Amino acid sequence: MKKIVLLAAVAAMSMNLPAFGGSHGDGPVKAGFVYVGPIGDGGWTYEHHQGLLAVEEHFGDKVETVYQESVPEGADAERAMTQMALQGADIIFTTSFGYMDPTISVAAKFPDVKFEHATGYKRADNVSTYSARFYEGRAVQGHIAGKMTKTNKIGYIASYPIPEVIRGINSAYIHARKANPDVEMSVIWVYTWFDPPKEADAAKALIDNGVDVVLQHTDSTAPQAAAAEAGVISFGQASDMSEYAPLPRVSSIIDNWAPYYIARVQAVMDGTWESVDTWDGIGPGMVEIGEITDAVPADVKAEAEALRDAIGSGEYHPFTGPLNKQDGSPWLAEGETADDGTLVGMNFYVEGIAGEIPN
Amino acid sequence: MIRLERRPAPSRAWAWATPLLAVLATMVAGGLLFAFLGKDPLLVIRTIFWDPVLGEFAFYYRGQLLVKAGPLILIAIGLSLGFRAGVWNIGAEGQYIMGAICGAAVGLAFYPMEARWLIFPMMVLAGGLGGFLWAMIPGILRTRFNTNEILVSLLLVYVAEQILAWMALGPLRSPDGAGFPGSRNLRHYDAAANHELIAGSGMHWGVVAAFVAVILSHVLLTRHILGFNIRLAGASPRAARFAGVSPGWLVLTCLGVSGALAGLAGLFEVAGPAGQINIDFNVGYGFTAIIVAFLGRLHPVGIMLAGFLMALTYIGGEAAQATLGVPAAAIQAFQGMLLFFLLALDVMTNYRVRVDVRARA
Repeated sequence: MKKIVLLAAVAAMSMNLPAFGGSHGDGPVKAGFVYVGPIGDGGWTYEHHQGLLAVEEHFGDKVETVYQESVPEGADAERAMTQMALQGADIIFTTSFGYMDPTISVAAKFPDVKFEHATGYKRADNVSTYSARFYEGRAVQGHIAGKMTKTNKIGYIASYPIPEVIRGINSAYIHARKANPDVEMSVIWVYTWFDPPKEADAAKALIDNGVDVVLQHTDSTAPQAAAAEAGVISFGQASDMSEYAPLPRVSSIIDNWAPYYIARVQAVMDGTWESVDTWDGIGPGMVEIGEITDAVPADVKAEAEALRDAIGSGEYHPFTGPLNKQDGSPWLAEGETADDGTLVGMNFYVEGIAGEIPN
Repeated sequence: MIRLERRPAPSRAWAWATPLLAVLATMVAGGLLFAFLGKDPLLVIRTIFWDPVLGEFAFYYRGQLLVKAGPLILIAIGLSLGFRAGVWNIGAEGQYIMGAICGAAVGLAFYPMEARWLIFPMMVLAGGLGGFLWAMIPGILRTRFNTNEILVSLLLVYVAEQILAWMALGPLRSPDGAGFPGSRNLRHYDAAANHELIAGSGMHWGVVAAFVAVILSHVLLTRHILGFNIRLAGASPRAARFAGVSPGWLVLTCLGVSGALAGLAGLFEVAGPAGQINIDFNVGYGFTAIIVAFLGRLHPVGIMLAGFLMALTYIGGEAAQATLGVPAAAIQAFQGMLLFFLLALDVMTNYRVRVDVRARA
């Protein structure tokens, strides 16, 4: 009952927001999180939820959090956000690309609530976007993959053919090729972010075709289990997936949203929140490389760590020329690095990748 | 010894009592589940069943109930006609998708023309036609080659999902979308948008269509020869054949009507609440509508009530997640219990419990 009273109080306060001139009043800041998967997915949503827990731990009773899991993209997402806004959320994190239009639409109805949309590109006065440069982590994975493959075949489980996924494929391929000029990469599109049976099937299909290193851009640990069974190598995605270390999982990309979430909630408390576009990588710590296990030879591990550090310090950009597009047309000249505009809308493979981007 | 004895005729009283008892049993069993999860069961049940209708934010939720119940009712009404006649269209989800694609494609083809009087009605027609034609595939395969329409219509759902992904990534992808999947947002294109008829009410043309479908199907079943034939074929296929009902024609009619209504539901959804064709556009209305049809006893008014009840569990369930931290899986289990108890209690419609005192070897 106490909670309901509190909710009502917070709600009543936020309904009167204009009277407070846009500040959130004296109560705790209420932060809402809309998740596309279950918090136990062990990957994408799990890491966002870790961010929520970090916010709670950092602010204690100065913050109140709510979340909703497995929210379909579309009309249901709009309702989830509206519900949070009605019940007094001050800031709402919408953590999937497909929430883009719903976020913009709900944000227009609640000008005093701050919205943070992950991986999208539409912003408004009260809508920020944020994403991580996962392709930086992919470069490190690609390097390890190129060195570790014995069959010279690596496989990639891709979700949807959107720029974020294509960047990852390109980055992994470029660095695998640098480490091992004979490497070939097969890509399987599964059209889902989270579907353990489908992901497992994709992993098995790749392995049946002679692939001995599996990379994934989907959120479940099903490919890890498939890799373990077949005795091939895999990488944790979005989350460390360390329960599969030291083999098959030899390293991972970890999304670390906690510092960003804490900073944004702090900005709401301070009244300094502004609409921004954040795209951080290894340097600021939004992308972390999970521990490289002893299954990887020491020299390869050292190279991978050096690559990670070079990217983190800004000394090296994963998309550095000379690079051609898949059709052989030149993209980047010697020493030239890709600009963010091209990366954000990336819809082409680099030279050497077999197959076509479906559309 | 307790045993079940078949009733000579299904009990009408039980047929109507079981849905209510199923809801009650779900509340009790669900309450136990929530208590086990460390939540106050009464508070959770109240959040699910009471707050969306009469709680503090009911002004918003009531509209959302219409948004959620509209497509469920529209699809379930179509399905119920077939189910009564023994024609099992399990693939309404696919027809829903195809209706949405066809309707949206017509709207997008005219972009940015501003002739709503022309474009929106054409989209509605295309939506209904898309669902109709998709349902004709299992229909014709059954009447020509005697294939099983349950299997064919179900498998066509997965085909439709692939076509949906292809459309979102290919032909219908927004040219202004920077390479991301998804069509233009129809809600931002007034000539094609299925806006709320009264702002904030949740009432859109799809909800209107659902109510019209309820009335028409009631009239059809009680006053029209086709309704009589449908009921006759369901009760006794042989008798129907003697009465001159062509089984093939009935199959095509039932699949066609249910497909068209599912297609309409898809069109109204894509032009309204969802807004755009996208890979994850469908969220299972076509499958949930099967539950709604049976929960409503295949009766138009029952289906309408069942549609609202189902919508309530969704919307209240989301509220319980967001405000009380109930896990999504617990809400899904709660919804599953509803169907489980309904099926279990349905035994009472056809059987009665006899307590047998004689000892048996």
